[in-house]
Amino acid sequence: MSTVTYLEAIRDGLHEEMERDESVFLIGEDVATYGGAFGVTTGLKDSFGEERILDTPISEVGFTGAAIGAAMMGMRPVVEFQFLDFIACAFNIITNYAATTRYRTGNGVPMVMRGPMGGGVRGGPFHSQNPESFFFNTPGLKIVAPATAYDAKGLLKSSIRDNDPVIFLEHKYLYRRMKDDLPSGEILVPIGEGLVRKKGGDLSIITFGSMVHRSLEAADALEKEGIHAEVIDLRSLLPFDEALILESIKKTGKALIVHEATLTGGVGAEFAARISEKAFEYLDGPVTRVASLDTPVPYSPPLEDMFMPSTQIITNAARKLAHY
Amino acid sequence: MAKASTSKKAPQKRSTTKKSQARPSDTLTAEQKLELFRWTLMTRKLEERLTNLYRQNKVVGGLYRSLGQEGETVAAAYALHKDDLVGPLIRNLGALLVRGYPARDIAMQYMARGGGPTQGKDLNVHFGDVHTHGVVPPISMLGDVVPVMVGIALAARMKGEKRVALTYIGDGGTSTGAFYEGMNLAAVWKLPVIVIAENNGYAYSTPTNRQMAVDSMVKKADGLGIFGITIDGNDILAVYDAVHEARERGLRDEGPSLIEVMTYRRKGHAEHDMQKYVPKGEIESWEKNDPIDRYIAELVKTGVATKEQLEAITQEVTTEIESEMEIALASPPPNPSITLESVYFDPPLAEDHLAPYRETS
Repeated sequence: MSTVTYLEAIRDGLHEEMERDESVFLIGEDVATYGGAFGVTTGLKDSFGEERILDTPISEVGFTGAAIGAAMMGMRPVVEFQFLDFIACAFNIITNYAATTRYRTGNGVPMVMRGPMGGGVRGGPFHSQNPESFFFNTPGLKIVAPATAYDAKGLLKSSIRDNDPVIFLEHKYLYRRMKDDLPSGEILVPIGEGLVRKKGGDLSIITFGSMVHRSLEAADALEKEGIHAEVIDLRSLLPFDEALILESIKKTGKALIVHEATLTGGVGAEFAARISEKAFEYLDGPVTRVASLDTPVPYSPPLEDMFMPSTQIITNAARKLAHY
Repeated sequence: MAKASTSKKAPQKRSTTKKSQARPSDTLTAEQKLELFRWTLMTRKLEERLTNLYRQNKVVGGLYRSLGQEGETVAAAYALHKDDLVGPLIRNLGALLVRGYPARDIAMQYMARGGGPTQGKDLNVHFGDVHTHGVVPPISMLGDVVPVMVGIALAARMKGEKRVALTYIGDGGTSTGAFYEGMNLAAVWKLPVIVIAENNGYAYSTPTNRQMAVDSMVKKADGLGIFGITIDGNDILAVYDAVHEARERGLRDEGPSLIEVMTYRRKGHAEHDMQKYVPKGEIESWEKNDPIDRYIAELVKTGVATKEQLEAITQEVTTEIESEMEIALASPPPNPSITLESVYFDPPLAEDHLAPYRETS
């Protein structure tokens, strides 16, 4: 057992997979000598050399495309975006090339595209985004979003071993705030499997990433009022654990979906639709969503705090739904 | 060939090759030179046959011709070694033939048949397998194949393999960001990437001088700090020579090469395009500069073959294409049951969640 942060868990996962499989390599801006903007890749160059930890020019299309080509040739590239806001620069080559290649030709491109996302760190409009819904409507991609150090490591290792392109969403707010005691053996978290973080019978809070922690705080607060919320951490978004969601709704009859990305067209809309289609008879209240406001991510603390779902807002929404 | 006017006339004087120096193509055997002829001719004949199928409404969607520029595509692909990789685009059908894909595959692709390499999931020349044919499948978004070829070359270097990666791009495609990003990566990492920049006059309807402000794409190579050269793209052996040399440079770790081939797209962007934007006389001037006619003249003049021998090859090619088309036409359309297959390596997940609104009875 050793206590590691979410950030260290990702680094350890990278290290272990690179040691295990020499086709794994890392490519991105300032990842080698500098160790990445947040230090996720610190020390990897010393272990694996510049041949496997590649600093690139500022060219998201260029290095993502290169990863696609290398993956075609049997390599397993891990692409780091310095901030996941910049994954939008490579949107075309990810959605049109990486996502379609297996379907069109039978040969897939196993690659991981990872980087820090999310707000709460006063990063402003271009260093705070949650880009999952940009890619959620693209068959051929997988998307995962760990909330804990354990899942960060276990999902990263599974993503690297997966045979298809995986977008790995690291929440930068969690990098050094989340710690877990990790066992020394192999940790693998299967893609597509959610987890019940807290059991409860009055309503289901369906969430992922940083909002798992705020939802758990909300659930703890509500418990004092006698409201028992079940908190589901989806962990994977594409594919997502539909069975786990439906099982919980059939028990509680109430669904509150929480995510940090903005509301309209967010992935929560898909969860809500599935619940309505497949658990309609079990519902005892409106399927409800809590998400960020429909604006760009604002910079100044009072604005960003207004923008993002707070524990209080989640608590209020859950209480209202429980009493519906 | 600076293009101050919008008209792109064929060069009056063809570029002369350096007679005194030994050229890589000097070492080609007569058999190899005839093989080059055969692939170039097959490209043209196959595209003509596909045009017939298009007019018979057997082609699903558009048909794209490379009339007038078949030579550069074939010669560039032919100059590669078996282990090298090539990423052909829409006007590089000939490269697929050189790489061993039979004409039937291309015809089945154009007719959306189940027997085609993508089983009807993607169209025309959008196919390829790096493992079996060394061919990288393109997508429609121009420029993207360039960084992908960079990754191909990078992977080969990581594995210690001596292989080069070649792709083609039109004058229009070199305006994209993906082109620059990919070329710059290859330049910085000195990877053996070869890009055939086809200056063929038009990107759809837009003339080259509306596509870029430089008068030669070699200046783009200069800006990237890489080797660049402009050659006569309708001189098949000149293209062979340039690619051969670029390949050698690449394998000496001297980095990528940009080879601008001056050629001309004698047909529209696709078969429906009536080319109303082309100035009068321009196409006719390039008909006199046809790569196949020129190559025939060269083969006869240098004693590689007689006109009768070349005519016999033409007959063979025509016969082969006919039997290939018979096979392609006999291929049924794909079974709809494959629609959900191969989105992921894992078994389809979609079927169950799609069920509620897909019930047909």
